[in-house]
Amino acid sequence: MENKWYTISVYSENNVGLLNRISGIFLKRHINIESLNVSKSEIENVSKFTIVVYTTENWTRKIVAQIEKQIEVIKAFYHTDEETIYQESALFKIASSLLFDERQIQNIIKESNSQIVTVSRDFFVLAKTGRRHEIDEMHDALEPYGIMQFVRSGRIAVTKASMPITDILAEFQNQ
Amino acid sequence: METLNAQKKNAPSKTAVRISGAEAIIHCLLEEGVDLIYGYPGGAIMPVYDELYKFQDRLTHVLTRHEQGATHAAQGYARVSGKVGVAMATSGPGATNLVTGLADAQIDSTPMVCITGQVPRHLLGSDAFQETDIVGISTPVTKWNYQITKASEIPEIFAKAFYIAKSGRPGPVLIDITKNAQFEELDFLYKKCTGVRSYQPIPEPDLKALEAAADLINQAKKPYIVYGQGVILGQAEEELKALVEKAGIPAAWTILGLSAMDTAHPLNVGMVGMHGNYGPNVLTNECDVLIAIGMRFDDRVTGNLETYAKQAKIIHFEIDPAEVDKNVKADVAVLGNAKQTLDLLLPLIHSNEHSEWRKEFDVKYHLEYQKVIKKDIEPTKPGLTMGEVIEHINKASNNNAVIVTDVGQHQMIACRYAKFSQTKSNITSGGLGTMGFALPAAIGAKMGAMDREVVAVIGDGGYQMTIQELGVIFQHNVPVKIVVLNNDHLGMVRQWQELFFESRYASTVMTNPDFVKIAEGYHITSKRVTERNELESAVTEMISSKDPYFLEVRVEKEDNVFPMIPSGASVSDIRLE
Repeated sequence: MENKWYTISVYSENNVGLLNRISGIFLKRHINIESLNVSKSEIENVSKFTIVVYTTENWTRKIVAQIEKQIEVIKAFYHTDEETIYQESALFKIASSLLFDERQIQNIIKESNSQIVTVSRDFFVLAKTGRRHEIDEMHDALEPYGIMQFVRSGRIAVTKASMPITDILAEFQNQ
Repeated sequence: METLNAQKKNAPSKTAVRISGAEAIIHCLLEEGVDLIYGYPGGAIMPVYDELYKFQDRLTHVLTRHEQGATHAAQGYARVSGKVGVAMATSGPGATNLVTGLADAQIDSTPMVCITGQVPRHLLGSDAFQETDIVGISTPVTKWNYQITKASEIPEIFAKAFYIAKSGRPGPVLIDITKNAQFEELDFLYKKCTGVRSYQPIPEPDLKALEAAADLINQAKKPYIVYGQGVILGQAEEELKALVEKAGIPAAWTILGLSAMDTAHPLNVGMVGMHGNYGPNVLTNECDVLIAIGMRFDDRVTGNLETYAKQAKIIHFEIDPAEVDKNVKADVAVLGNAKQTLDLLLPLIHSNEHSEWRKEFDVKYHLEYQKVIKKDIEPTKPGLTMGEVIEHINKASNNNAVIVTDVGQHQMIACRYAKFSQTKSNITSGGLGTMGFALPAAIGAKMGAMDREVVAVIGDGGYQMTIQELGVIFQHNVPVKIVVLNNDHLGMVRQWQELFFESRYASTVMTNPDFVKIAEGYHITSKRVTERNELESAVTEMISSKDPYFLEVRVEKEDNVFPMIPSGASVSDIRLE
């Protein structure tokens, strides 16, 4: 089986230690987490982990089964890139002088569809949201001029199909 | 305990009582029906021990000689009784010493609750004396764990812990309690846990899957059942027997499934796996439908997966969805508790005999008998064999003892030759292969089934890993029978060195102490057998004893266990010699 990018979505209780329990499942199988994001979800008091891995579907399926088995996990899913709408965010900190000295910088800002978050005497900050390759392209374009700091977030994703968590929780309530 | 529970039951509505966290822990245990715990005190758990002192008429605490012994004793107790075993330890080294037992209970699905003391909340993360991150350390080897830092959390967390440990696929739970939470007071009110919203212990059986399974079984010419511990944990022994008998299907056990079915049953054909029986292994690759019930296709069972039962349709009865398609792809997976699913399956199954197919097992058994079994259990050459010792234990105990084994050659021999007529009678460390398991597990098994004969069969290597628990046997006069099969070697590793490492016996030769004198030091009646003509009477004397008894049998030093599937080979390539 070939390696592919998979987005794992985990709906869980918001408890101390659960991140450790979930990351341990990857560690046990010597599989690297490419990106990880934890946030609140569409359901009150339910957290959502968005985990990206580059591996085979077989491994992904087994990992998702192990994640779902954890007591505090309500449900876990995995999807391919085609099945999700996904984005990443990045921040670039760049010396302010470049804005005036390098004409190309302004073109990059325009073409990359990024926003200027703040400008100070010494530096300005660009924010870019998009696919991984778009952020990479912007990074490559800015790199020759010097990037003071760079950071990229984990992937966040919603799926085209539904993930029926509310039904599961409602069913438990009715039992 | 009963009075307390009865009082609570009769009370129209429970009212909270103001007590300390430490006392609340004792009440939680009593509410869960716990009357026996194993443990070892220390600084961070002392408030709980102080309460144990006050409650000793209702809650017995057994002081093991090492925390690992407490976990294995709790496991032995749980495995024989079906109840939750409880072990307790202090923070730091006390807690880390529980890790092997937790890992063992996790891989062998044993319900256990471990309680550890922790440094006070304000010292967490300060590298305080005996502070260790036991919640972090134990996460991969627990079904669930939790750190209590406030007394008010105690009732709910304990209720949840017991519920999680015993429900669905059972497993170990660890609760870490900071010392301040033991001293603090709370308004105690106990409510048993009946569900956790993020946890579905038993999947709903799918009737379509059951029908598909029944169709495959009804059409099969050579159906074959391999059953595991799921049958015992799910209390599905009667349903398994009914299925086997109605459909005339030969059934083989995994080592943890052993004793779920009477070993004398004509359709109970033997053991699968690396040192299992010849027929059950070879015929795995000749059956047309393989029905796996409550087992997880461990690598020691399957050998090379690429050549495992490829010709067969696979039906997998399983409680844990994560086990389905994990190692072997199932054509039909029936999720659920084995008792429930087998009960639903039974009316859909046609009566059958499969007599030709069953004969194939007899033929293979005959071959194995001539090549292996005869030499093992009725040896004529000098030098005692492990197999003949097990045979004598069978005879002296009327095939009705609880046999607790450690890990290695003696374990494989015991699982091959021990005879059982009751379920929950074979207690061994299967998945983790924990040397040192047997002696403390036998203590727990005996205390969990005082009316039964409990015989620990242990190798000279594993025995010395937890030998200090003889102190518990002596102090509490626990009448377990201990048989050390002494070959002065780490026998199984030595066997692998002989077969796969050109007999380079690196660190497998043991110069052993006088085991009889050691047992005598603990005032345990002891005997050593070196000759065949002494064996039968010694085993009989041991079984007849009302007190603990230690028997050392000097067995042949360089015997090997056969049959054997070499690591990574196919079940078809099992070697008889």
